[in-house]
Amino acid sequence: MSAPLLDIQGLRVEFGDTAAVRGASFTVSRGETHCVVGESGCGKSVSALAVMNLLARGARRSADRLVFAGQDLLALPERRMAELRGDRMAMIFQEPMTSLNPAYTVGSQMAEVYTRHRGGSRRAALDRAAGLLAKVGITAPGMRLGQFPHQLSGGLRQRVMIAMALMCDPELLIADEPTTALDVTVQAQILRLLAELQRDLGLAILLITHDLGIVARIAQRVSVMYAGEVVESAPTAALFADPSHPYTRGLLACVPVPGKVKREEALGSIPGVVPRIQPGFEGCAFRDRCAHAAPVCAGPVPRQRGEGAHEFLCRLPPGWTATERAA
Amino acid sequence: MSGAVVMPARRRVAWGKRAGLVIGGVIVGAVLLVAILAPWITPHDPFVQNLDNRLSVPFWMEGAKPGHLLGTDGLGRDYLSRLIYGARISMLIGLLTVVTSGLIGTTLGVLGGFFGGKVDDAVLFAITCRLAIPVVLVALAVVGLLGSSLTLVILVLGLLLWDRFAVVARSTTMQVRNLDYVSAAWAAGLSTPAILLKEILPNIASHLAVVATLEMALAILLEAALSFLGLGVPPPLPSWGLMIAEGKDYMFFSPWVIFIPGVALFILVFGINLLGDGLRDLLGAGDTR
Repeated sequence: MSAPLLDIQGLRVEFGDTAAVRGASFTVSRGETHCVVGESGCGKSVSALAVMNLLARGARRSADRLVFAGQDLLALPERRMAELRGDRMAMIFQEPMTSLNPAYTVGSQMAEVYTRHRGGSRRAALDRAAGLLAKVGITAPGMRLGQFPHQLSGGLRQRVMIAMALMCDPELLIADEPTTALDVTVQAQILRLLAELQRDLGLAILLITHDLGIVARIAQRVSVMYAGEVVESAPTAALFADPSHPYTRGLLACVPVPGKVKREEALGSIPGVVPRIQPGFEGCAFRDRCAHAAPVCAGPVPRQRGEGAHEFLCRLPPGWTATERAA
Repeated sequence: MSGAVVMPARRRVAWGKRAGLVIGGVIVGAVLLVAILAPWITPHDPFVQNLDNRLSVPFWMEGAKPGHLLGTDGLGRDYLSRLIYGARISMLIGLLTVVTSGLIGTTLGVLGGFFGGKVDDAVLFAITCRLAIPVVLVALAVVGLLGSSLTLVILVLGLLLWDRFAVVARSTTMQVRNLDYVSAAWAAGLSTPAILLKEILPNIASHLAVVATLEMALAILLEAALSFLGLGVPPPLPSWGLMIAEGKDYMFFSPWVIFIPGVALFILVFGINLLGDGLRDLLGAGDTR
């Protein structure tokens, strides 16, 4: 197996006395969709911004390893990093309504990205933009190029954002909750579009979401983040079949499954909120909300391997869920 | 007929607001046009004196002389011609002052608002220093040292009236800086200068346009005040402020000598302010926030 396109090991991000990301590790291979799930404030967006080196001022980023396509991003000067951004790694944001500049037409914004990285004439860039708009399923792309963002609907704008991200044929696409602000039917269209694009272009996609339904639809691999740590990471099927971290099990219990969950039955919920973690925190961050917490949880937590590439961060032994089910 | 035709919804701005914008625009446009066309539309040379024809009265008074619609001044110069050339001076000073101060203030404000930290501290300090400087006193001192000239008036006003541009540019930049499309521009790999010029500036321009109209009105009034004090435009140039100053000796027997340039000044400043208010309402209505 070839080296992954994006290899993150032990990523740490701190804002003042808050540790937002604490040693998160994940890899994304070419042609793979890797979903990062977790609730608000667990550090998933911050991790994505850390990869792009777009963290707000005052944030401290460090990692054991942060390699993109063979280049060490930690050692890369900002100039070179800016050349990578939008060219070989692109990002889509959550809010399509505000992610386009209201002062320019769609065409000129898309052309801008292309001429910045590839040079060439504006005419050629606009031709390419029109081609991509057609590719992301926008009819009459020539007309859309001349329109301003406020003339487009939310779904259209998100398609434009995706097309814009594809202007320079990126290898990695980071999508930060790309469908959260859209209604359900449009959401499904956008997800299908992403899956198609990935198949056609061999994109590596790092998809950040809090929606497990999205994960089940398009991810090959899932990492569950909690309080700045990846608490469980597995191929999608394995994670849904055998969620091993109590937090993952809690998350899955919150999702109603038609036919399985009865109408009168209360949905699961996880009591409490994500704690604010300070640097130097010891032990499992989930222990205050966990039904299986024990005194040892305040100490170092082992990272355990289940079957295949299934990893989780908990004191409970692999396969504990099976014995619990038997009991 | 089948089905009603759905008309695209157009943003409606109340007529009251639009009336201000239209009236202001017409006034400012007319004065600008008159200023540009001055050499072709003036009936007389504004500098030629005729001591046999001093203080001839304007057309609405008994004994008005044909050919001098607004009469003549204390030296027999045609008042209408002087008024038209005065519009030139006022517009020139207003526009050039706004360009100079706008450049200085916008640059400082955008840099401070965008970079924050030490840069912002420096900009805030500069604004505070500027606010501590009394404009008229500095103008007095500079003109006293260097002698009065049109260039000097424009320079002094331009170098002193940038504070409001800086304050507005700084606060709006701070708002725009954190918007999603600026983050998206970073993520697309745009350079810092490109983000400043292409993402920030176009989106704060509407606010700056409103400031520009207010500053223009202020600059025109200040020029008139300085000229009245004899520290602005040097005679025999026909500035409206200077015309009032020259006319004050004849105030009791020929009040129209100060009345006419005074009204002209009032109408122009009024028009500019109407235009500014109208612009603000129009652009404010377009805000989607």
